Amino acid sequence: MDGQLQFVQLEMMVAALGLLILLADLFLPSTARRSLGWVAAGALGLVFLLSFRGGYAALADAEAFGGIYRLDALALFFKRFFLLSAIFVLVFAVDFAARLRGGVSEYLAFILFALTGMMFASSANDFSLLFVSIELITVTFYILVSFQRHRLHSLEAGVKYLILGAVSSAFLVYGIALVFGEAGSLKFDAIRAAHAGLLGSNVFLFGMLFVFAGLAFKISAFPFQVWAPDVYQGAPTPTTTFLAVGSKAAGFVLLIRLFGSVVPELTAQWTGMLMVVAALTILYGNLCAVPQRNLKRLLAYSGIANAGYLLMGIVAQSDDGKAAILYYLAGYLFTLVATFMIIHLITSEGEGEDIACLAGLNKRSPFLAFVLALCSVSLAGIPPLAGFFGKFLLVKSVAAKAFGDAGYFALLAVAVFGVVVSIYYYFGIIRAIYWPKDTSDDSPVPIAWPTRIALGLCVAAILYLGLLPDKPINWANAAAKIESAPD
Amino acid sequence: MDWLLIIVLLPLLAAAAVGVVPGSQRRAIRSITIGASGLALLCALIAFCSFEVGGGLQFETKVVWVESLGLHLHLAADGINIGIILMGAIVAFAAACCADDITHRVKEFHILLNLMIGGILGAFASMDLFFFYFFHELALVPTFIMIGVWGRGARRNYATYKITLYLSLGALLALIGLIGVYVQTGAESFSIPDLIAKVQESPIDEAAQQWIFPLLMFGFGILVSLWPFHTWAPLGYGAAPTATAMLHAGVLKKFGLYGLIRVAIPMAPVGAQSWLGVLAWLALANLLYCGLVAVRQKDLNQLIGNSSVAHMGFIFLGIASLNVIGLTGAVLVMIAHGLLAALAFGLSGHLYRQTGSLDMSRMGGLLRQMPLAGSALLMALFAGCGLPGFANFAGEITIFFAAWSAGLKTVTVIAAWSALVIGGLYMMRAIRCILHGPLGGDWAKAGDVSPLIATALGLLLGALLVFGFVPGLLTKGIEGEAAKIVRLAKPAER
Repeated sequence: MDGQLQFVQLEMMVAALGLLILLADLFLPSTARRSLGWVAAGALGLVFLLSFRGGYAALADAEAFGGIYRLDALALFFKRFFLLSAIFVLVFAVDFAARLRGGVSEYLAFILFALTGMMFASSANDFSLLFVSIELITVTFYILVSFQRHRLHSLEAGVKYLILGAVSSAFLVYGIALVFGEAGSLKFDAIRAAHAGLLGSNVFLFGMLFVFAGLAFKISAFPFQVWAPDVYQGAPTPTTTFLAVGSKAAGFVLLIRLFGSVVPELTAQWTGMLMVVAALTILYGNLCAVPQRNLKRLLAYSGIANAGYLLMGIVAQSDDGKAAILYYLAGYLFTLVATFMIIHLITSEGEGEDIACLAGLNKRSPFLAFVLALCSVSLAGIPPLAGFFGKFLLVKSVAAKAFGDAGYFALLAVAVFGVVVSIYYYFGIIRAIYWPKDTSDDSPVPIAWPTRIALGLCVAAILYLGLLPDKPINWANAAAKIESAPD
Repeated sequence: MDWLLIIVLLPLLAAAAVGVVPGSQRRAIRSITIGASGLALLCALIAFCSFEVGGGLQFETKVVWVESLGLHLHLAADGINIGIILMGAIVAFAAACCADDITHRVKEFHILLNLMIGGILGAFASMDLFFFYFFHELALVPTFIMIGVWGRGARRNYATYKITLYLSLGALLALIGLIGVYVQTGAESFSIPDLIAKVQESPIDEAAQQWIFPLLMFGFGILVSLWPFHTWAPLGYGAAPTATAMLHAGVLKKFGLYGLIRVAIPMAPVGAQSWLGVLAWLALANLLYCGLVAVRQKDLNQLIGNSSVAHMGFIFLGIASLNVIGLTGAVLVMIAHGLLAALAFGLSGHLYRQTGSLDMSRMGGLLRQMPLAGSALLMALFAGCGLPGFANFAGEITIFFAAWSAGLKTVTVIAAWSALVIGGLYMMRAIRCILHGPLGGDWAKAGDVSPLIATALGLLLGALLVFGFVPGLLTKGIEGEAAKIVRLAKPAER
């Protein structure tokens, strides 16, 4: 068993860190609790560095715990991705702590527990681990979403997420049961070997469809997207960030593993359905974002649209498509973290998240104005930023299939239409920042140094991913080459 | 010498340099922009003069950017783009000189202006499809912001949104076409020469060409204001600040035409055969419809904007002829029209600054009031109707010959008629309204152009005349490349 535990060393460290923070809470004066966030972020930074340690990386391409846990390039990529996003979210949470009104250390600990779930999800090689890790993420998010108990919006968001999340979990567990009934195993390796023969079985197909529905809820794909706007708007902003980045990426790592590697022939059979889901998600997200005035709701709809773009990488059914998803998610992480941080900085609690509050931002803080404009441009997919290169790779992976299959062409057409619509509302953000000449509020925005550094890192990453994509593409390509299990 | 790299880098460095200068130092900011674009113009001139006709790709710079995708920063010039780069550099310098009408947020404006110039010159110098597109977008985004923040008129917001959405749509359609070319050739490289070499060996699947060509044709077409996707252009130019309108109408808009000639026709010749007929008729619609719209305009900027859209019809017609003289004429008109559009928008910008209005019914007698600007406008309007001696004439007449010999006879006859009659009609009317007659309403205090702007406009006018009297300077280089493209497109007639 000792040999097995070293596979989960990162997850254990993170979970232990969460418990330590809960413990430390008992001994620390309430004024000092906020600084636990720095400790946690620093410790996660250490864990992040440890993930590059030769000894750990050398474990790659192996399975543990009877094959339910798999450590490979894809899992490693996503573990690092989740660690990075959690570090940013923790820094963010410290800044946000005053608005939580108590329970700071619990908030930090729950972020870490959700992170543990995400890291397990990236290695799930068995439906039982898939379900447990998804539940660990979802249940902690129920709490994280409704953490501001004094705000009605936050509670409302929590209830909505709870009810719809429970329904999706039910889908998931029911689907898993059906698949188990037909395939006789929960192990991905067994299903991979057996699934080609099960394509005629309606029970198996229904099972997989339910599993897909459960995961589609996580990534807020149409028609499982209704929760996103209300929850994004109501949840405390760091939670929203983690939900938009981490939780969505957790859904995608499972989709990539399951539909990209475990049941490729089923994916091929479902190409048409996946295309329709991707296209509708893009259309729904973009069209509904147009009339939004609340920034967090706007980003929720844009998040739905982005889930649609990302699904294009699954639809492409190629290593290029998977690599494109990874690249896109990496860019998305930095862009969204920076965007939500800025929204938090310039709005007071729960009020004035209206897009009009951006007016005069370039006078109040040219730095924030610049970063937010940069993020909007990147989200709109305009070169030379990360968002453009991600979209470029996604479109390229789909275009590789498009000639000879009109369905892919239709998907591309929808994607182009979606991008044009999205330029309209992202441009609206830039317009709200720079256009207005006379503004009522000219007070400078105070920015704490750690936040400033985090924003600076995000900008550097967005530019790096857009301008020097050579190395990151190689990383993404390496991580996307998932493989079947060693026989 | 890597002249092209220097030409592209100068404005981008200037953007960075303006970024560190405090916003209150307006003189310094303007000097940086003018200096950088002046130096770029000088380099472009040296490159143009030392260019060897028939010497293949010259002044090459090739840097690997993304190895796994075969992306290179590959700048090079051949007979076609060397002239366009020179034209772009002239227009850029002129636009930088005319940018002194910006009075608020000067620093931001000049950063964007320099980015736009760098993007424009880079797009035409790129021999790599990805950078070709990348530089175009780099120039396009500042355009939108400049119109939105520094634009004029009550419909500024509407114009900004319209131009943004139209041009983004066009660029994205073209992008999908370009990715289609990359994917279909299987060349594992975005380099245009590599792709052409690959296509010569094994052409792209014909069914795929029938998709790729229309994607590129309409994508690029929207960027060039192909009828019926042209409505953004007069509106956008009417709302744009002077320098932006000069650069966009003059140079950036030619990107789509350049893309058609450089990429769409050589890569998808079979698709081209079946779609160019459609393009010819749409070109005719550009000439006729937009010409007639221009006749009805009361606002000078709207008139120039519509006439500029109409002139695109000539270039489309030249491309649709798909023969050597047609493509040569098309490139010649691209260059001539670039200079002309910049000249016209530069002058209208000067007029607008005097009274804040471009209503032609309230103008008159300005030739006496401002002899320099007046005569320049007179010459610009004459060049617009295709008076011999200006480069426009040389290009347009070539295109008529080309279209006739390509068998587009009906189109040619109607086009010649509309070009001469309609063009003459609105241009003459503009001359009468603006320049002759008694002095109009509030123009008594209006002054002539400053020496700096006069130099810039004189440069544009001089280039128009030089290329008009000696079109061989350009056509010698263009012909050789055009012949290569025609040979690729019509292998049967070799």
